[in-house]
Amino acid sequence: MVQKKQIMSSRDYILSKIRNTPRDKRPLPEIPDFKVDGELMDRFKRSLLMNKGEIVDAKQLEEFIDSHQFKKVLSLSEEFRSFSNLDIPDDAHQLADMDVAIISGQFGVAENAAIWLEERDMGLRALPFITEHLVIVLEKDQLVSNMHEAYERIGKGASGFGLFIAGPSKTADIEQSLVIGAHGAKSLRVVLV
Amino acid sequence: MNHPTKAEEFLSDGANAKWHDETLWFVRDKRDSSSKTVPEWEELRDLASRIKDNVLDYLETYLLEFEKNAKANNIRVHWAKNAEEHNQIVLGILNKHQCKAIVKSKSILTEECHLNPFLEKHGIEVVDTDLGERIVQFLNQPPSHIVMPAIHLKKMAISDIFHEKLQTEKGNDDPYYLTQAARNHLREKFLAAKVAITGVNFGVAETGEFVVCTNEGNADMGVHLADVHIASMGIEKIIPKREHLGVFLRLLARSATGQSITNYNSHFRSPDTGKEIHIVLVDNGRTEQLAREKFRNSLKCIRCGACMNTCPIYRRSGGFSYGSTVPGPIGSILSPGLDLQKHSSLPFASTLCGSCSDVCPVKINIHEQLYEWRQEITKAQAANAKSISMKIANGIFAVPFAYKISAGMMRGALKFLPDSITYSGLNTWGKQRDLPELPKETFKQWYKKNRS
Ligand code: SF4
Repeated sequence: MVQKKQIMSSRDYILSKIRNTPRDKRPLPEIPDFKVDGELMDRFKRSLLMNKGEIVDAKQLEEFIDSHQFKKVLSLSEEFRSFSNLDIPDDAHQLADMDVAIISGQFGVAENAAIWLEERDMGLRALPFITEHLVIVLEKDQLVSNMHEAYERIGKGASGFGLFIAGPSKTADIEQSLVIGAHGAKSLRVVLV
Repeated sequence: MNHPTKAEEFLSDGANAKWHDETLWFVRDKRDSSSKTVPEWEELRDLASRIKDNVLDYLETYLLEFEKNAKANNIRVHWAKNAEEHNQIVLGILNKHQCKAIVKSKSILTEECHLNPFLEKHGIEVVDTDLGERIVQFLNQPPSHIVMPAIHLKKMAISDIFHEKLQTEKGNDDPYYLTQAARNHLREKFLAAKVAITGVNFGVAETGEFVVCTNEGNADMGVHLADVHIASMGIEKIIPKREHLGVFLRLLARSATGQSITNYNSHFRSPDTGKEIHIVLVDNGRTEQLAREKFRNSLKCIRCGACMNTCPIYRRSGGFSYGSTVPGPIGSILSPGLDLQKHSSLPFASTLCGSCSDVCPVKINIHEQLYEWRQEITKAQAANAKSISMKIANGIFAVPFAYKISAGMMRGALKFLPDSITYSGLNTWGKQRDLPELPKETFKQWYKKNRS
C-alpha cells in the first residue's frame, strides 16, 4: 500500500511539473499522401535483398527443406502444411531447437520489405524469433508502397503483439562487419504466392 | 576529467583514432545514400519535428492518454521521478517474482539510471543481450555509442575477451565465429530468464502500445520467453498516434545505420496470456529540460545516433571522452542539464559546424543549443569569481581555445581569456593535429565537402 501511494505521488508530481511549464499550443501536422506509383513488387524484392532476405518459390522452398533434412518444421501456412511435422506447443521454450517455421504474413511494404504479422499469424509470439530459419508466405497482391500506407492498412487493428519483420536477425557490432544470424532466425525466405 | 583531457588520451593512439574516425564516417555515408532514396526526406524530417513539437506542448495530455489506454490493455504503468525510483520499481517487480537473473536489451535509459550496478548490488545477474552491449559488459565498460555500443573496439580485442569469457579459440577474430559464440551463450540466458527488460523507441498515446526496434531480435527473444516484460521509457518517447509511427520508422533506421528499416519492429499492446508487461515512465531531469525553453527541443531526440556519426569531434575523440551516458552532440546538450558542474566541458566539444543539426531526423537545432550552453556556462563562470588556476583545473576555460579549429566561432568566448592561457600549451587539438596518422582534411574542407 505504501509503495502504491509513492508511485501515485510521483505520477502527479511529474504531471504537475509538466503542467506548470508554459508552452505553445502547436497543432499536429497533417501527414500528406506520399504514396508512390510504380512497380511495388520490384521494389519489394530489391528491398528484401538489401535486408539479406531471399525470395523463393514453392519448389525452392521444398528443395531447401528436403536437402537439409530438418527435424523440426512447423507450418502455420495452409499452402505448406505438408512440410509440418510439429504442433504448436504450450510453451515457447519447447521450440528452442526448431529448424524451420513457415508462417503467413498479412502484407508487405515495398520501400523496406517489412512484412506485417499479428499474434494470430505467429501461433506463439516467440516463433518468428526462436526458429533457426523463417519462411513467410505472402500473397503477391498484398503489397503497399510505404510505411504510411502500412499503418493506414493496419488501421485500428488491436492485436496484443504486432511485428514488422524485414529480414533475418543480423548485427554489425563487431567492427561493422555484417553478420547474419545474431539471436533470431538465421535466414528469412519469402514465398510469394 | 574533462572532455579535452580524455580526448587527448584517445588521440594518443593515432592509428586507432583514424580508424574510429573512418568507421563512423562510413556509417554517416550510408545514412546519406539511404536518405537520398526517399524523395520526401526533408518533408519527413519536418513532419517528425512538428509532431514532436506538438508532443512537448501537450506532453501531459498524451501521457495520460497513454496511461489510460495501456492500463485498459492490461499493461501495468509505473511512474518514476528519477533514476533511483526507476531502479527501485524494477527491483520491486523482480523481488515479487523472486527473480535473480534477468536479460536486458538495449536501453539508453537504463544506462542513464545505472540500473545494472544497482541490480547487481542486490544480487541480481544482469545480462545485456545486444551483442555490442554484451561485449562492453564483459569488459566492464559503458557503451561508447548509443546505437553501436562497441564501435570503439577492434575485433581482436573482442576475440580476446570472448576467449576469456566464452572460451572461444584464442586469436580467432572472425566476426561470424564470434557472433555465433555469443548467440549460443545468450540463447541459454534467454531460455532461463523469467524477467526481461527492454527500452522503448516509441509509446503511442492513442493505443497504449509501445514499439521496440532491433536488428538482432534480442529484445523479442528475451520478452517472449520470459514471464514478465519490464519496459523503461523516458516520458518524451511518447507520440500521439499510430500513424505517426509511419513517419518515425521511415526516419529512424535510415538515420542510424542507413538501413531502410530495422529488421524487427515489435508493437507491444497487451501481455500474452498468463504474462505481465510493466512500463516504467521515467522523468529523471526531463521535466527540467522541458522548462528550459532554449533547450526544450533536445527532448525531441529519437536516439538515432546520426549526430554522433557525423560529428568531427565525436569521431576523433571517441564516445568515452564525453563521460556521459549519451555522448556526442546531443549528449552535450542533455548532460549539462543533468549536472552542469560535471559536464561543463561538453558544450565546448564541438566545432559548431552544424552538421549534427543537418542530419538530425527531428531537426533539433543541436549546434545552436551547444552555443547557448556555452553562454550559460561562461556566464556562470564569470559570476563565480574564482582564480584562473581554479578555472583551468575544472576544465571550463581550458576548453574553448582547445577547439579553435572552428575558427571564428569561438572568438566571442575567447575574449574572456587572457593570452597567457590562450597560448599556453594546453591546446589538445592543436597538438594532435600535428600527428601524421590523423586525417589531413581541415575543418573548412570537411565543411565544404559535406555541405555540397
Ligand atoms: S539529436 Fe537528432 S541526430 Fe542526434 S541522436 Fe537525437 S535524433 Fe539522432
